[in-house]
Amino acid sequence: MNEQSMTVRGKDRYKSGVMEYKKMGYWEPDYVPKDTDIIALFRVTPQDGVDPVEACAAVAGESSTATWTVVWTDRLTAAEKYRAKCYRVDPVPNSPGSYFAYIAYDLDLFEPGSIANLTASIIGNVFGFKPLKALRLEDMRLPVAYVKTFQGPATGIVVERERLDKFGRPLLGATVKPKLGLSGRNYGRVVYEALKGGLDFCKDDENINSQPFMHWRDRFLYCMEAVNRAQAATGEIKGTYLNVTAATMEDMYERAELAKQLGSVIIMIDLVIGYTAIQSMAKWARRNDMILHLHRAGHSTYTRQRLHGVSFRVIAKWMRLAGVDHIHAGTVVGKLEGDPATTRGYYDICRQDFNKTTLEHGVFFDQQWASLNQMMPVASGGIHAGQMHQLLDHLGEDVVLQFGGGTIGHPKGIQAGATANRVALEAMILARNEGRDYVHEGPEILAKAAQTCTPLREALEIWKDITFNYESTDSPDFVPTATPAM
Amino acid sequence: MRVTQGCFSFLPDLTDEQITAQVQYCLDKGWAVNIEFTDDPHPRNTYWEMWGLPMFDLRDAAGILKELNDCRRTYGDRYIRLSGFDATHGWESLRISFIVNRPKDEPGFRLLRQEVDGRSVRYTTVSYAVDRPEGSRYE
Repeated sequence: MNEQSMTVRGKDRYKSGVMEYKKMGYWEPDYVPKDTDIIALFRVTPQDGVDPVEACAAVAGESSTATWTVVWTDRLTAAEKYRAKCYRVDPVPNSPGSYFAYIAYDLDLFEPGSIANLTASIIGNVFGFKPLKALRLEDMRLPVAYVKTFQGPATGIVVERERLDKFGRPLLGATVKPKLGLSGRNYGRVVYEALKGGLDFCKDDENINSQPFMHWRDRFLYCMEAVNRAQAATGEIKGTYLNVTAATMEDMYERAELAKQLGSVIIMIDLVIGYTAIQSMAKWARRNDMILHLHRAGHSTYTRQRLHGVSFRVIAKWMRLAGVDHIHAGTVVGKLEGDPATTRGYYDICRQDFNKTTLEHGVFFDQQWASLNQMMPVASGGIHAGQMHQLLDHLGEDVVLQFGGGTIGHPKGIQAGATANRVALEAMILARNEGRDYVHEGPEILAKAAQTCTPLREALEIWKDITFNYESTDSPDFVPTATPAM
Repeated sequence: MRVTQGCFSFLPDLTDEQITAQVQYCLDKGWAVNIEFTDDPHPRNTYWEMWGLPMFDLRDAAGILKELNDCRRTYGDRYIRLSGFDATHGWESLRISFIVNRPKDEPGFRLLRQEVDGRSVRYTTVSYAVDRPEGSRYE
């Protein structure tokens, strides 16, 4: 695919009229990306009959300087620098009609520290471009020079653990259920029971804001009564993600201020508030010593289908730049979409300082994070105590495991549900650290712990057969190939 | 009540054998084990007293357990915790922390509420133990 440059040069390049994108300088197969370039990898599916290289060059053009016809005013600029350059086009394995396009963008195309500006280029007009059937942004390489223009996570995993005084195990959480309809007083009851029973966090759901059944101030006041009571009852720091998502920034700041005043360690926002609002809240959180939880509400509308949209790994990268501390990143074993290899890639993006290219996890680039804080991934949705060994194996230690139904649905009540989860977790960590093969011995380790913990015994009994085994809609295109031994 | 700070407070108190296995885990990871004690387990009491420096150079689990038992002999009526410190760049903090000794009777915490503007409340948590002078809180 990667034939020669077709770029027309000199005065012919600027003759009025329409010229193919690949001739305008948006296809440069000899171009070697600079260390300071932003690189985007798109999955391009051209309309029937459209030349793949032309389609990929068009993506480069439409996401940078081009318009549909030649304009002489290009000649008033250092146009060659500003043109994004598609430098490589590969057919997607096992996916006829789709191509991976690698496109390099000069750093000068972007405003420092602005996700809004980055996305306006990279996922702006280009996604509606008619010659394409579908377009997906798969991954991005963000140069250190660009990463360093962002604040990054307000708190980061290490400082979050220090503030909470919790080390060596995943954190435990639960989303209050039912997600809609509880009054503030009843809502706080759920929070108290779950925290006292052994969870570290409770969580507002994404659509809990300020509704007729519970206005936000009421929720905050009752929740903080619950948090403080649970703290005094256990001697542990506790938190509840108070969702400050609202219609305007002014409303969000007002809600965040009350959360701070009441002594909450954490607040929460939804992805749907938009990139700029997220960055504003991240700055607020840094200024106010607040952990910032992000619920990825809405992401599946554009992340889930393989052919069109934006991969969640890209959203995770943008959110790490934007500065949230927690991000929902999949459970593997739970009820929501998430193939194990792809999810592993997301978790690496959240937590590593350097991501190595790992095609079988969907990670297409080496990415240097330059000491930007780490984000704590959150696993939420259809998980329970009986899966503890698998969760620890797939997701590791620096993660929040959220058992909503798996806490509140316990037959002996919320405290019992919370205790079951905490005991299961501590038993698994103890066994892992002792060097046991906890992945295979998991069920026995849990059964043994349940001998001295009735709530765990009941939890294991009621949810023993619950699994969510459906085929994933977004799995990696590359399978690992055995490397011959040297 | 039972203070549930640390990694293993929801399990039955660890035996010396179990503690040794956890210490060995820390040593295998290259972390420095630290012993600390306190008679005020307030959740925001970060700085417990150190039983000597973190044991950067002691790489033997039995030796660390001996230190723990020395500490227990002197401060057996207080909370003692073990932690593993990882000095790797990008972490430079604790990797694990767990309680290995408790007073016989754990009095817990009082929650004070100061009712302020509107319905807001300022909360303060106080260890009952600090009602008595330092050093004689669990006698």
